[in-house]
Amino acid sequence: MAKTEQMSGRKRDERIAGYVFSLPAVALLIAFLVVPIIYTVYYSVFQYQVMRPNDITFIGFENYHKLITDSDFWISLKNTFYFTIVVVPVQCTLALALAMLVSKKFKGVSVFRTMYFSPQLTSMVVIAVLWTVLYNSNPNTGLINALLVNLGLEPINFLTNERTAMNSIIFMSAWQGAGYQMMIFLAGLQGIPRDQYEAASVDGATPWQQFWFVTIPNLKGTIKYVIMITMIQAMKLFTQPYVMTQGGPRNSTKTMVYYIYTQGFQKGNFGYACSVAAVFFVIVVAMSLILQKITSEE
Amino acid sequence: MKSLKTQKALQKILFYAGNTIIGIIFVSPLIWMISASLKPEAKIFANMNSIQTFVPEDASFDNFIEVFRRVDLMNVFENTITYILLILVFDLLINSICGYALAKFRFKGRKLILSFVVALMVMPMEAILLPMYIEMSQLGWVNSLPALVVPSIAKCFSIYMFYNFFKDIPDDLLEAASIDGSSPIRTFFSIVMPISKTVYATVFILDFVAHWNDFMWPFLIMTGKENRTIQLAVQSFFGTQPVHYSAIMASLVLSAIPMIVMFIFMQKYYVEGIASSGIKG
Repeated sequence: MAKTEQMSGRKRDERIAGYVFSLPAVALLIAFLVVPIIYTVYYSVFQYQVMRPNDITFIGFENYHKLITDSDFWISLKNTFYFTIVVVPVQCTLALALAMLVSKKFKGVSVFRTMYFSPQLTSMVVIAVLWTVLYNSNPNTGLINALLVNLGLEPINFLTNERTAMNSIIFMSAWQGAGYQMMIFLAGLQGIPRDQYEAASVDGATPWQQFWFVTIPNLKGTIKYVIMITMIQAMKLFTQPYVMTQGGPRNSTKTMVYYIYTQGFQKGNFGYACSVAAVFFVIVVAMSLILQKITSEE
Repeated sequence: MKSLKTQKALQKILFYAGNTIIGIIFVSPLIWMISASLKPEAKIFANMNSIQTFVPEDASFDNFIEVFRRVDLMNVFENTITYILLILVFDLLINSICGYALAKFRFKGRKLILSFVVALMVMPMEAILLPMYIEMSQLGWVNSLPALVVPSIAKCFSIYMFYNFFKDIPDDLLEAASIDGSSPIRTFFSIVMPISKTVYATVFILDFVAHWNDFMWPFLIMTGKENRTIQLAVQSFFGTQPVHYSAIMASLVLSAIPMIVMFIFMQKYYVEGIASSGIKG
């Protein structure tokens, strides 16, 4: 009798402790994540100008109607997708290649790992400022153009030409980010049982075949995770165009988050910006759900 | 036999050569940055055509002194460290107890909270910036420390990291404590916390780095010059005319130093933290 009483007492203690322990985090998540999500959707059906905070009127789906015919919105959508579709495979493949290069133990391996990881030790703002200088179209001041001219090539207007600006940002972002994903891949590679490689090599598999039939299948979970985080990260592109190109030249680097920023914070069209943000939110969630579905079906 | 040996040696040379070339490509922009930060303004773009551009002649710390003279960098560093440490104290406490509750306590709503945490992990902050800003202004927090700290404390990702770690702690250990009369809450602080230093170190370093690099939210909410964080200072330094590249490069290097120091001392936890996110995720 006493024992069951003690047991139920412990169960009650545990229940109370469960609420006490989870309450602070849950309350904060609700206040600063869930409520703002709801308000993004809520404000998106209102005419809400920052300059006239007392004149908030319900306008239904008018903001969304405007969105469909707003060419700047479509450009930002297109640019965001372009950046994501290019940077995700480039950066993930680069990261995997780097991880393969330094996955085995050899003398100096940690030096090379640190070298590949080093761009991660500076912030995106720092990288963006630095590369704006490196990308300078004048070969007398821009390091990369100086190199091109030395190799007998024509200098490129990396950031001032609308055809190359986004690609320049992509190249830089992949360089900066690959080290991070490399570390994730390294952990994945080290988890692959050695005897699988040995068995494959006994069967006469070439290194390339080993890569395709042993490494890749074993790395599936890791690859899926890396693609997911890289994709979400890519969709949020803002810092690079803000620092390097201010969305230009000719809107070629204006992204969705950049558009939310200009509409909401520069022009003060809060309601309208919220409709862009709601669309952005839906796209990101939908993309991660689709990716999860595709990769879990196999 | 011999040819096999030479083939092996050749392979090794190729392997090192490849790694070295790619490694140099990866670090050269950073080397150039450091080298430029040590050069006088007139010399930065002097030798762009030769390898000399990576070597600082007449190296001096004048640029660094200049940066400190032009910007109140001490204030900037103080702002940044203060807000990050404040976040981290609460972050480590609140997210760890939540993760522990989800991992070890049986209570109604546990599964719901867990799936809610997992679902919100992919939530992009950028989509909620506008209502967040309004919330902050209604609370009267715009351009003040609470706006940087309070919304950033609870993190689904941190909760999930703690949850995954605590899940693996054997129940026997906790039961033994409870038979000795320790309450669940006391057991956590006196037994679980001391044996969980690795996960705390990991979350600490991951979140420290994330906040040190934070740009968009501080940029929107900290409008006053005296409240700027390091990334804002670097960005505005770059955007201010006349552009002094020597001073800019020095500011870039300065802003990276705390990260490099952190990396040197906490490399193990940092790298493991990144790696484990992939295995568990």
